[in-house]
Amino acid sequence: MVAMPALDQDVLARRAEIVAALRGIVPGEGVIDSEVGMRPYESDGLTAYRQLPMVVVLPETTEQVSRVLRYCHEHGVKVVPRGSGTSLSGGALPLGDGVLLGLSKFNRVLEIDYANRVAVVQPGVTNLGVSNAVANEGFYYAPDPSSQIACSIGGNVAENSGGVHCLKYGMTTNNILGVEMVLIDGEIVRIGGKHLDSGGYDLLALVCGSEGPLGVVTEITVRILKKPETARAVLVGFPTSEQAGDCVARIIGAGIIPGGMEMMDRPAIHAAEAFVHAGYPLDVEALLIVELDGPEAEVDHLLDRVSEIAQSCGSTVLRASTSEEERLKFWAGRKAAFPAVGRIAPDYYCMDGTIPRAKLPLVLARMRELSEQYGLQVANVFHAGDGNLHPLILYDANKADELERAEKFGADILRLCVEVGGVLTGEHGVGVEKRDLMPVMFSETDLNQQQRVKCAFDAQGLLNPGKVFPTLHRCAELGRMHVHGGNVPFPDIPRF
Amino acid sequence: MTDILKPRDEQDVAEAVARALAEEKTLEIVGQGSKRAIGRAAQTDMTLDLSKLSGIEIYEPEELILSARAGTPIAEIEKALAKNEQELAFEPMDCAPLLGGKPGRGTLGGMIAVNLSGPRRIKAGAMRDFALGVRAVSGRGEQFKAGGRVVKNVTGYDLPKFLAGSWGTLAVITQATIKVVPRGEAVETVLVLGLDDTRAVEAMSVAMGSSCEVSGAVHLPVDVARQLSIIPIASAGKSVTALRLEGIPVSIAYRKDKLQKLLAPFGELGKLGPRDSRNFWRAMRDAAPFAGETQNPVWRVSTSPSEAPRVAAAIRASAKAEIFFDWAGGLLWVRMPGKAAEEWAVRSALAGRGHALLMRADPAVRASAQVFEPLEPGMAAISKRLKESFDPKGILNPGRMYAGI
Repeated sequence: MVAMPALDQDVLARRAEIVAALRGIVPGEGVIDSEVGMRPYESDGLTAYRQLPMVVVLPETTEQVSRVLRYCHEHGVKVVPRGSGTSLSGGALPLGDGVLLGLSKFNRVLEIDYANRVAVVQPGVTNLGVSNAVANEGFYYAPDPSSQIACSIGGNVAENSGGVHCLKYGMTTNNILGVEMVLIDGEIVRIGGKHLDSGGYDLLALVCGSEGPLGVVTEITVRILKKPETARAVLVGFPTSEQAGDCVARIIGAGIIPGGMEMMDRPAIHAAEAFVHAGYPLDVEALLIVELDGPEAEVDHLLDRVSEIAQSCGSTVLRASTSEEERLKFWAGRKAAFPAVGRIAPDYYCMDGTIPRAKLPLVLARMRELSEQYGLQVANVFHAGDGNLHPLILYDANKADELERAEKFGADILRLCVEVGGVLTGEHGVGVEKRDLMPVMFSETDLNQQQRVKCAFDAQGLLNPGKVFPTLHRCAELGRMHVHGGNVPFPDIPRF
Repeated sequence: MTDILKPRDEQDVAEAVARALAEEKTLEIVGQGSKRAIGRAAQTDMTLDLSKLSGIEIYEPEELILSARAGTPIAEIEKALAKNEQELAFEPMDCAPLLGGKPGRGTLGGMIAVNLSGPRRIKAGAMRDFALGVRAVSGRGEQFKAGGRVVKNVTGYDLPKFLAGSWGTLAVITQATIKVVPRGEAVETVLVLGLDDTRAVEAMSVAMGSSCEVSGAVHLPVDVARQLSIIPIASAGKSVTALRLEGIPVSIAYRKDKLQKLLAPFGELGKLGPRDSRNFWRAMRDAAPFAGETQNPVWRVSTSPSEAPRVAAAIRASAKAEIFFDWAGGLLWVRMPGKAAEEWAVRSALAGRGHALLMRADPAVRASAQVFEPLEPGMAAISKRLKESFDPKGILNPGRMYAGI
């Protein structure tokens, strides 16, 4: 387990005073300090980690967020922002000596502007809520993480969430234009707007995917798109995962970017089929779901080409959806893969590395070896188009040392991802979970530069500390320059 | 004379920056110098010329990624991509028509540093959306990396996107990985003739809000259209609103039919075939209507499309400028009639609803104007702290964007 920063006893001793001050800012039930009331906030989607916060605050206005943060800044109190609490990496894990700042009451769609194809929403609106708000006019919001019924758009910004369609339509960072954000000292800034790109530094690029340590987002301007006229999915089964991987590479190599392209391995196929009866073939080692969207003529044309490629790669099953109902059924299995795996084991641990796709056979083979070594089963679902792997490690938390073994197994998988040229996390975030693995991918210099960015926003380190970075440095220490005056060796850089 | 340093590798770059730090000298960072005339006119002690830091290191078409050293010419990258029917989706502009100089210059590092995207921005995204990974040397003389070489990655802060558009003021990019995409098999353009600015933006809004997957939407008032060398545009004798369709022919045929039906109520329709389309959209990418007469200042103004007609009218009212609209109205190219930048006319018309960049002006004019959009005090303070976090002594392209940054 990853260790969180030691509790600040001085802050805890002032708890009653802090709670009273917060009540003065957010009235009524917006401040929760009873154990039973705070219990629902003790963890997010990474349920292996639990911690009651010092106090929960649920503000309703930007002004309240600003005053809460200003108070915390002046009094040295840590703050953890939280959306819907669906993070799979512990991004919203509370701190025992910190305020848990929930944005759930920021749940309104403020403006829909079809002429400019944008919507302005509050951060507590669910991802699906954004799409639903514009569905009547045939529009939608493109990023669609599997948790879209529950996860909030504010959380999506913090985590730069993806989804099965981000191969073609991009992740959150590619689909938002502006935010209103409150800094730790209470200052309210607006970044971007309804226009494209930035006039100065691209702060939106930093905020999106930062995991909550730079500021608290209180309003978001998102791009909305017209829904494609048609979408069809095709199920393709292969005797080996190598063939499936080859097929994915050849589809993209042929210049086709499908709306979605997902892969499941045998254990995942079996679990999903048993759970939702999507009609998946059970006698294959790898299953691809390839979705093509656009005008009907284009979809039909591309479906033919994908089918030809699949057959030339040795597919043994090939079935295209012939109705919207059937297409949704194909997806139902994939979208329910996590809970489906949850049915065949008491607990599962979901990983999120990304690899260069060509390394897939190697990574799967090594994973099988690790599975034997640790004595734990693993099922794989895979955003095949962009190389984002979700191995689900099956374990039983009630058995001695199984969680620890699962964590070690997971860490080995992520090290493997980095070793083959990939990264620790494709869309779930570093959070608490992968914090201590950051040095596998980044040098101390790399990490120090990232922390200096954090310092530019929050020099006291009060916003969501203990996440993302394995070693917390004081900002003053990071800011120091180490110049060895006079004696720097640069004898032979060509000069003109 | 300014010292020019020509590093051969990243180690050389780190040493050059360390040396500048030790000697308290400032550095101008250049690739091929194609965009050197953009930005605030600032004096530096030495020039760090990255043109020798060149070459594609990894290109994997099936992974949709390309890694190259910062000084690699964009032309070399585009040539390699074209061999595999791929391209840079965001259409990096060739600054030669606007700024003078030889066409086809520009490097990967410079392309990222300025984050200027062409007409396809509205569909495919900006340059920064394709920045996946960087290696760089900070103003502290430290070599660091960020991002990765895969398209889906949230490990650590997204510094590759953040460095895009920072104009070399934060770090010297030495190597970068970008996402590349398949090129549309075919291209065609639907034209609507004779619309005024307001109707044109409405027509483009209808097109963009349809499922026709329009990948370019510009409006040229008649005074601008007349100056193009593409016959069907120049000879129309009317304003021209152009919508681009790309993809496979069977899809274009369907979408063209649908788009024409949607646009018919707006006015007389026309079209450009594949060859004229390619020339036309390249001209739009490069702001070619405002080529030549390089002493006339040109502004690049980003706003929301529905604001654009009002902003354009206000600028014309006070400065008699020529204006055309890209990005379905979201991008205004503005050419001033004389030598003055007419900054007040642009900024007061925009009134903070977007941002304006003085893309072209004589050094003397740039010295007395705010070239980049002025920042609100809160944003200015954060920007200054971010600059200091990368470059505490202010030695990298100091003052290129803002005084003190």
